[in-house]
Amino acid sequence: MTATGIGAAVRRKEDRRFITGRGHYTDDINRPGQAYAYFIRSPHAHATIKSIDTKAASRMPGVVAIFVGADVAADKIGGHICGWTVHSKDGSAMKTGPSSALANGKVCYVGDEVAVVIAESYPQAKDAAEKVVVGYGVLPAVVDPISAAKPGAPLIHDVAPNNTVFNWHLGDKAATDAAFAAAAHVTKIDLVNNRVMPAAIEPRAAVGEYDSGSESFTLYTTSQNPHAARLVLAAFCGIAPENKLRVIAPDVGGGFGSKIFIYAEETVCVWAAKKVHRPVKWTAERSESFLVDAHGRDHVTHAELALDAGGKITGLRVHTIANMGAYPSLFWSSVPTYLYGPLLSGQYNIPQIYCEVDAVYTNTAPVDAVRGAGRPEATFVVERIVELAARQTGRDPVAFRRANFVTSFPHQTPVLFCYDAGDYGASLDKALELADYKGFAKRKREAARHGKLRGIGFSTYIEACGLAPSQAVGSLGAGVGLWESAEVRVNPTGSVEVLTGSHAHGQGHETTFAQVVSERLGIPIDSVSIVHGDTDKVQFGMGTYGSRSGAVGISAIVKALDKVEAKAKKVAAHLLEAAEGDIEFKDGKFSVAGTDKSVPWGGVALNAYIAHKFSGQELEPGLKEGAFWDPTNFTFPAGCHICEVEVDPETGNTEIVAWTAVDDFGVVVNPMIVEGQVHGGVAHGIGQALYENALYNKDGQLVTGSLMDYCMPRADHLPAMKVGTTMTKAPSNPLGIKGCGEAGAIASPAAVINAITDAIGTEAIAMPATPSAVWAALQKAGRSLPHAA
Amino acid sequence: MAAVSLTVNGKSVTADVDSRTLLVQLLREHLRLTGTHVGCDTSQCGACVVLVNGRAVKSCTVLALQLEGADVLSIEGLAPADGPLHPMQEAFRENHGLQCGYCTPGMILTAVDMVRRKGNELDDHTIREELEGNICRCTGYHNIVKAIAAGARAMGSGAAKKAAE
Repeated sequence: MTATGIGAAVRRKEDRRFITGRGHYTDDINRPGQAYAYFIRSPHAHATIKSIDTKAASRMPGVVAIFVGADVAADKIGGHICGWTVHSKDGSAMKTGPSSALANGKVCYVGDEVAVVIAESYPQAKDAAEKVVVGYGVLPAVVDPISAAKPGAPLIHDVAPNNTVFNWHLGDKAATDAAFAAAAHVTKIDLVNNRVMPAAIEPRAAVGEYDSGSESFTLYTTSQNPHAARLVLAAFCGIAPENKLRVIAPDVGGGFGSKIFIYAEETVCVWAAKKVHRPVKWTAERSESFLVDAHGRDHVTHAELALDAGGKITGLRVHTIANMGAYPSLFWSSVPTYLYGPLLSGQYNIPQIYCEVDAVYTNTAPVDAVRGAGRPEATFVVERIVELAARQTGRDPVAFRRANFVTSFPHQTPVLFCYDAGDYGASLDKALELADYKGFAKRKREAARHGKLRGIGFSTYIEACGLAPSQAVGSLGAGVGLWESAEVRVNPTGSVEVLTGSHAHGQGHETTFAQVVSERLGIPIDSVSIVHGDTDKVQFGMGTYGSRSGAVGISAIVKALDKVEAKAKKVAAHLLEAAEGDIEFKDGKFSVAGTDKSVPWGGVALNAYIAHKFSGQELEPGLKEGAFWDPTNFTFPAGCHICEVEVDPETGNTEIVAWTAVDDFGVVVNPMIVEGQVHGGVAHGIGQALYENALYNKDGQLVTGSLMDYCMPRADHLPAMKVGTTMTKAPSNPLGIKGCGEAGAIASPAAVINAITDAIGTEAIAMPATPSAVWAALQKAGRSLPHAA
Repeated sequence: MAAVSLTVNGKSVTADVDSRTLLVQLLREHLRLTGTHVGCDTSQCGACVVLVNGRAVKSCTVLALQLEGADVLSIEGLAPADGPLHPMQEAFRENHGLQCGYCTPGMILTAVDMVRRKGNELDDHTIREELEGNICRCTGYHNIVKAIAAGARAMGSGAAKKAAE
């Protein structure tokens, strides 16, 4: 390992601009002559639009234009799309109806975009919006998916009877039922996976611009995947063909899934820029973000686990009702299906699994991927029911898990995935040691002495990352391939630009990607620049989500570097007057095997461009190579998280007193950055388990509509964390990387709830486990004081 | 519109602003100092924290017109543009106390004010309590807490060195 190569905790190259306030986020961008957009949103969860009167508003100071649904419809501008077609059990395709960037005749949730006011300043746009009069015919609304699927519920889209998007299933029902019929013990559990909001601290923003000379559009936007945004805006929203549409996603202040999707506001800003012949800027206020950025989770699940007499798991049955919100969104249908059901085997050898998912429209914000996307929901089911089964059958939860671990690889689960590498016992052992599991009983006694209930909770999770092999996801309904691209441009002086289709919004790609290139080419890390987030620079890419940038994005770079090295060896062979096959490349030097003849990297780079030492007809001048990498499998990061809590029985307050995470991410490029990803993911999961709950009232009003009401975890809510790793290489990519961005959010909710239920001795706790919920559970169970237990 | 005169990052500034203009809007939109960020609309997130007369203030919660004669320091003014970083900035970099960077300017200026009020030896508990007004979604705060403790110590040793000189 070199000081800046793979495995080194290199300090981040991107940090200087962020810590000095010189980053460039979308809202920092201002274009000459720009006007400002303010969106008028539905205050009703479900209503027809009877009339929109803009006359008074259009006379307000500074108003440039006001557009409504009919205006976007006249230009055939499309609305929300989902890029993944899921089929129901009966073979029918999911039920999605037409939608519009600005509502056309009907609104389906609070926040739905009804009209846009464009004015000289944002306050003027907002003032004028007050004068727009919208006549609504209020309809009954339904916000919970169980009620929504019942006959007689308000119908949200005509194409979807009973508001049902699909009834999907996975696995062998008959074989699973047979496993249950033969079971010695069956554990049953009912779970709610609470609805969460992504809440990146940077709100979404967009600046749309139109150049009438070149007849081309530019959209600056807060995107995790600018090329996908361009593709959707071109092919589905009808803004402009891709060659006339540039999408730039500059510095982006966190994504967590919410910035994958293409929303109405970005679409309208770029479309309206041509209508008003001026750049149009919009930046969400936090309350707008909470209303319309896609929410996450929101499952109601019943699960059953079958055991034989010896404590081996023989089957798992899961039925989930998934709240999909009011409209499709880009990854929408894949989250409660293919990112969920195939994860239900966890780290365990489960011979039979059957999973059914009913996906239901409600009058709420669309529900799509939030950090983990389906995998946290699956892990919560598996790790809660496994824990409960151990408790019910009087088995030690650690021993029970270990006895059911998958131990040989490859392992084909009954639910699609083939786990290719892992060592679940190793991560469990290391976590137990780091957490001092042996000392837990003593710590519990000490806690009891000062009136606290101490509990310990495990989550031995698995995730499927490195999204994803294109043919595989295509066979499951994905509309796109999930490969990644890279281009390595070597300059004549030997410095390098790497263009990547991945997009960084906190992950530190400018550092980690440069580490890989620097080590491979033997050049200083400062000689490597990473370019991303601009469709005019990077030809195409699939962006960053699903912990894919390391496993897929870096693999594309490695593949391009292979080509660069091969070409450079041809140049070196000419320079060294040797056969190409005799050229070796090591430590930034090309040499002739068995001799002391060599030429440094910079010499080869320069000569590739000067092209004096070889025939330009036999060998093309220049040194620039591109590659597309399509993975051969998902990657399967896995590990063990251990949470220790102390519950105050007087108040129901839960304090997380220790957190241990041991993860197998395969090869780690930068351990400092990987640890940071784990910290953030765990915080996200603890937030879901203890604090966060996106709550609608029965009329469809978002009750948690601001940071005053939606409890994001703050520093004093969270513990310091012990983070360790184990390592089995991912066999499906050249460096053996598995991915780390979502692990914490996937693993942690189950660990927290397992710890609380261990502490309080009752299982009846839902997320978020607020003090009042825990206190009520304690009262109900009659276990208010530790010494009484 | 009304005029307000104040000092921003050591420079005298006079601006004509609407009476409802907030300090953060003055900084970002009038002065194009975009290092101060807006993350919410309820004074919760702390991405907009700047120092006003040396004290940490949420710039989304102060009207520009309230700041006649005030001395405002935003993140851009904490260290010279091409010079060495402030010890607290350096500590955030060294301890990986930031990921997306959006909350970072507010975190750093909150930390500088924390040191002014609480001194150079800050324990984890104090730091976590003092960060009550700043939200980060990326880091889980673990490394922010480490960074602030290290930055506080570095500010102390820097001050001690200066005094010795």
